[in-house]
Amino acid sequence: MYSVNYHRAASVADAAKLAKGDAKLVSGGMTLIPAMKTRLAAPSDLVDISRIDALKGIKVSGKTVTIGAATTHYEVATSDKLAKACPALSHLASMIGDPAVRHRGTIGGSIANNDPAADYPAAMLALGATIVTNKRQIAAEKFFKGLFETALKDGEIVTAVTFTAPAKAAYEKFRNPASRYAIVGVFVAKGADGVRVAVTGAGDDGVFRSRELETALAKQFDAAALTSAKVPARALMTDMHASADYRAHLIVVMARRAVAAANA
Amino acid sequence: MGIEGVGARVSRKEDKRFITGAGRYVDDMVVPGMKHAMFVRSPHAHAQIKKIDVKAAQAMPGVIGVLTGKELKADGIGNLICGWMIHSKDGSPMKMGAWSPLAVDKVRYVGDAVVVVVADTKAQARDAAEAVEITYKELKAVTDASKAMDKGAPQIHPEAENNLIFDWDLGNADETAAAFKKAAHVVKMDVINNRLVPNAMEPRAALGHYDKAEDHYTCWTTSQNPHVARLVMSAFYNVAPENKLRVIAPDVGGGFGSKIYIYPEEIVCLWASKKTGVPVKWVADRTESFLTDAHGRDHHTHAEMAFDKDHKILGFKVETKANLGAYMSLFSSATPTYLYATLLSGQYDIPAIHANVKAIYTNTAPVDAYRGAGRPEAAYLIERMMEVSARQFGVSPAELRRKNFIKSFPHQTPVIMCYDAGDFATSLDTAMKGADYAGFEKRREKAKKAGKLRGMGFSCYIEACGIAPSAAVGSLGAGVGLWESAEVRVNAVGTIEVLTGSHSHGQGHETTFAQLVAQRLSVPLDSISIVHGDTDKVQMGMGTYGSRSGAVGMSAIVKALDKVEAKAKKIAAHLMEADEADIVIENGALKVAGTDKNVPWFQMALAAYTAHNLPGGMEPGLKETAFYDPANFTFPAGCYICEVEIDPDTGQTDIVQFVAADDFGNIINPMIVEGQVHGGVTQGIGQAILEGANYDASGQLLTASYMDYTMPRAGDVPSYKLSTSNTPSPSNPLGIKGCGEAGAIGAPPAVINAITDAIGTENLTMPATPQKVWAAIRSAKH
Repeated sequence: MYSVNYHRAASVADAAKLAKGDAKLVSGGMTLIPAMKTRLAAPSDLVDISRIDALKGIKVSGKTVTIGAATTHYEVATSDKLAKACPALSHLASMIGDPAVRHRGTIGGSIANNDPAADYPAAMLALGATIVTNKRQIAAEKFFKGLFETALKDGEIVTAVTFTAPAKAAYEKFRNPASRYAIVGVFVAKGADGVRVAVTGAGDDGVFRSRELETALAKQFDAAALTSAKVPARALMTDMHASADYRAHLIVVMARRAVAAANA
Repeated sequence: MGIEGVGARVSRKEDKRFITGAGRYVDDMVVPGMKHAMFVRSPHAHAQIKKIDVKAAQAMPGVIGVLTGKELKADGIGNLICGWMIHSKDGSPMKMGAWSPLAVDKVRYVGDAVVVVVADTKAQARDAAEAVEITYKELKAVTDASKAMDKGAPQIHPEAENNLIFDWDLGNADETAAAFKKAAHVVKMDVINNRLVPNAMEPRAALGHYDKAEDHYTCWTTSQNPHVARLVMSAFYNVAPENKLRVIAPDVGGGFGSKIYIYPEEIVCLWASKKTGVPVKWVADRTESFLTDAHGRDHHTHAEMAFDKDHKILGFKVETKANLGAYMSLFSSATPTYLYATLLSGQYDIPAIHANVKAIYTNTAPVDAYRGAGRPEAAYLIERMMEVSARQFGVSPAELRRKNFIKSFPHQTPVIMCYDAGDFATSLDTAMKGADYAGFEKRREKAKKAGKLRGMGFSCYIEACGIAPSAAVGSLGAGVGLWESAEVRVNAVGTIEVLTGSHSHGQGHETTFAQLVAQRLSVPLDSISIVHGDTDKVQMGMGTYGSRSGAVGMSAIVKALDKVEAKAKKIAAHLMEADEADIVIENGALKVAGTDKNVPWFQMALAAYTAHNLPGGMEPGLKETAFYDPANFTFPAGCYICEVEIDPDTGQTDIVQFVAADDFGNIINPMIVEGQVHGGVTQGIGQAILEGANYDASGQLLTASYMDYTMPRAGDVPSYKLSTSNTPSPSNPLGIKGCGEAGAIGAPPAVINAITDAIGTENLTMPATPQKVWAAIRSAKH
């Protein structure tokens, strides 16, 4: 790691002021710190937003769920309120990394980083969530833009995510045997405005919605509806752990299992 | 056996310091004035070094020295060597290319050390290393041994034309050809034994300290054999003569073979310490471990087995291409020859065997012995062959093996080894019972109803441990003897120190060796200390590898104990005015058998040192030394049965059952033996379904971190069902065979045989990842 100046921000406004130039925001640091340790990332300053109270906590009001950006995966995985409103998201959080990662990593950090194999982006897309920043509100659909790219502008900080609890939802993932990141992760949600299926870990441009699977499931929200479903392999990643063909196949398998779990 | 003696499940004495974080490893060592080294390594797999500019690095804060290979050569430091001479079938000696501790003109793999930077702190050394400017001219690289001899492949060393190091034969080609002519069936197969990264928990490290006043060097290093390190660094690398070089291998966190060898870094740290005038420490980071620890396996083999009409084996033909990487590591030539082809008879009576091994240079990390070393490659080949043959013949894999088992001992195989003891049918029967073989078809049906594919695979492995005797290995090309030494020192108060040339880096010698002494001299375990790992304390030793510490290291202790016991009895007899032949050692005392006359052990020891009343002519003191050179290898063997369930939708393999029935001969501590089997089998499962070093065509290691290299996790393996049977080894006084490598040798074929049974195709290579299993299922359907 190169030397770096560390700041602990007291408020979102304070953080926005400090996050200038080559500074980087850090929350759990689960991606940034390892990159810095191997000298692949070299920010001049780190602005720690993980202690800002306003960014923490889970609120459920009626069907509306709001999760503060600095809420850890562990807190999402073990929240009683969320377990009632959207158990699929709790389940997803419980499958991220290992216990150490879940106690440090945060939902805001995960979506702002937009790793193509991260779990949360799939949930945000499938739930039709809104990403709240210190400047505006962005629909998930418009927020995730390719590999590690988002709609966030300089000085813009994710403060929360909010969504309407779905009638039914589930997340299934098939893990990379080494890193345990998703080779394919599929989040299926059935809400007031229909069925959404979002896929992480597989797309060569990051998280995406599968129109093929959504169409099939719109007719019949049942695993059987996907018996002969196919997802095209083009635009999927190939690496040493999984070819595009294998990923295309796994997307259907994981979707089938997710639908079965959502209906269970 | 008592609660502390041979055969008891004694908790490991060394674990208290390990589990409380009080172990002392090389990185814990601090010498006044110590500085830190960072190596600048080649980012290219194959390139000429055009220019090295160290000026900017030298000017960086905290930098004490920036040293190159040219300076190292100018100081007379020698090239690294391979210590086992192999001759090709045409009689020519192996073609060893030069390996300079710091590359001078050319780099040959990604990670090759070129420059060393010494600075006040590790971070400063790292900063300065980034400022070293090296101009390379990139050359074409080759990483695959099966392609390195092709026309147009790059030439890696001028000494080895077509990258061929040796072309070696074992067995009898004519007799084998004749056997194939008589064959009713010939089964052919191509097998790849995948390359592995050792991944010891503690990375390699070295601390070199040159003491100007004494003109003396001390090297703390992560070694499995500090005496061999001193010998090689003195005799071949011209670092310092042996009396001016002390090598200490303190607590070492795992080796698996990778810490047998002498690497560039410890040589460079010693040399740099003299050059810069400060003690120099280097600790590998995990990326350096992936790139530069000697890798294991990496064989490409074509094999054919000839059977008669009744499925009795007539002959076995094997052609192997062994990838030795970019340089010949210390024992790299022995691993794919005398540790591999000599085991190709397996547990079977095979009248004729012929093996050809071509050792080949590639632009990859050096390859050397890794847990099992040659024997896993042999076992995988034979046990895949037996299973595939049984399936082709439509007979039970267990019965095909049973029909061909060697049943009487000693048995001379056509490939050097003379098996001296074993009972292969008992291991097979025990494992089949343990695995509920009879109930398997029902379990398979049940799994099928749940949409899963269930399979069972066998592995009847044999291996050779305690490589010996010295005269025999010397005649086969070994540069060293393979005996072991021990010194037993009884102190004046009766406590005991045992100095051993074996080295413990996870094996638990401080416990098992003490159990042996406690049993023999009837003293409490706590009064015995095991001393190892320091060339200033232990005079000479050969170290720990090849499961040799029990069979060879403990046998040396037995020989020294024989002498101690004889002298102790003489002293006691003299004190009690009794006949020495009547003295027995029991309950902490030397007694006159059949009477209540006794001398407590401590009193006898005190008498030895006061020397007030010793038998006439006896020298004072009680300290004895012994060197033990075994009569033969030992031959651990056993049967492993693996049962898997596969999800055909994802290709995911779940190992639902693993049964191990081993014959290790006599056992000192069953708990430690079980631990060795757990670890070995887990590493074997790792090789079979998870681990594989993967280079791209340009020579970059794609699996250079845990993000891409899959280590076994607890959830990947089942709770093992273990048992042992015992045919004692006749080749050493303890009847011990060794247990350290068996699991890693026997497990891979059992796992792959089970998976291929489940999916109904043999077309599968290790590691059988979900992607590969899914693809194999799909291709079998089409």
